[in-house]
Amino acid sequence: MTVKELCEKCGFEAVCLPEPDREVTGGYCGDLLSWVMGRAKSGEAWVTIMSNMNIAAVATLCDTACIVLSENVSPDAGVAENAEMRGINILKTPLPTFEAAVLISKQL
Amino acid sequence: MSDSLRFHFDVNGQSFTSAGQASVQVKKNLRELGIPAETIRRVSIAMYEGEINMVIHAHGGEADVIVYEDKIVIILADRGPGIPNIELAMKEGYSTAPDNIRSLGFGAGMGLPNMKRYTDDMKIETEIGKGTTITMTVNI
Repeated sequence: MTVKELCEKCGFEAVCLPEPDREVTGGYCGDLLSWVMGRAKSGEAWVTIMSNMNIAAVATLCDTACIVLSENVSPDAGVAENAEMRGINILKTPLPTFEAAVLISKQL
Repeated sequence: MSDSLRFHFDVNGQSFTSAGQASVQVKKNLRELGIPAETIRRVSIAMYEGEINMVIHAHGGEADVIVYEDKIVIILADRGPGIPNIELAMKEGYSTAPDNIRSLGFGAGMGLPNMKRYTDDMKIETEIGKGTTITMTVNI
């Protein structure tokens, strides 16, 4: 399933979608960036409440398929532009992290 | 060992949010060189943690990445306060990072342990008041 399809099926909002056809192979939830960086895998949808600029760097290094901001969190100023430039997809949802993860899991 | 390729970066200590630029660039460069994906992942994660540390604790510094045929060497050098107790600093969960850094998702005391975990060799040279140089090697 592509990020664009996942976004539509889950009813998520696309904050930026520079790589809509990127394949989603799984998911990872976490807010502690050092922890996420060591464990999230390439192609996964990463669900987090972190919204600062460093999420774009972590997503780039882990090569995740997309970042899903849960709990109605919006990215900080400049994050979306930076992510767009780096080819990082960012989605958002009002759902709590657990519910967002369950929803993603059902689509895969 | 004769042929090597070196990338040099200045790590800006003023901006925490721009930390990671060097690591992201290294990842791109290594990918273009055809280095295996898992090796790139280990190098870029270790380097990113190091960059973050330099920004949090040492007002930035310099990063060099040298690519050999059989290994990649990352040298991170700063002129920060130095590490008073390396053994303690290497302990997972130990951190001297301020609260504002913790609120950004870092400072959980995992930086140095992660750097060690993702590399095949890590050497720390530090002098109080002078700075710290960390040399990490990832075998290809």
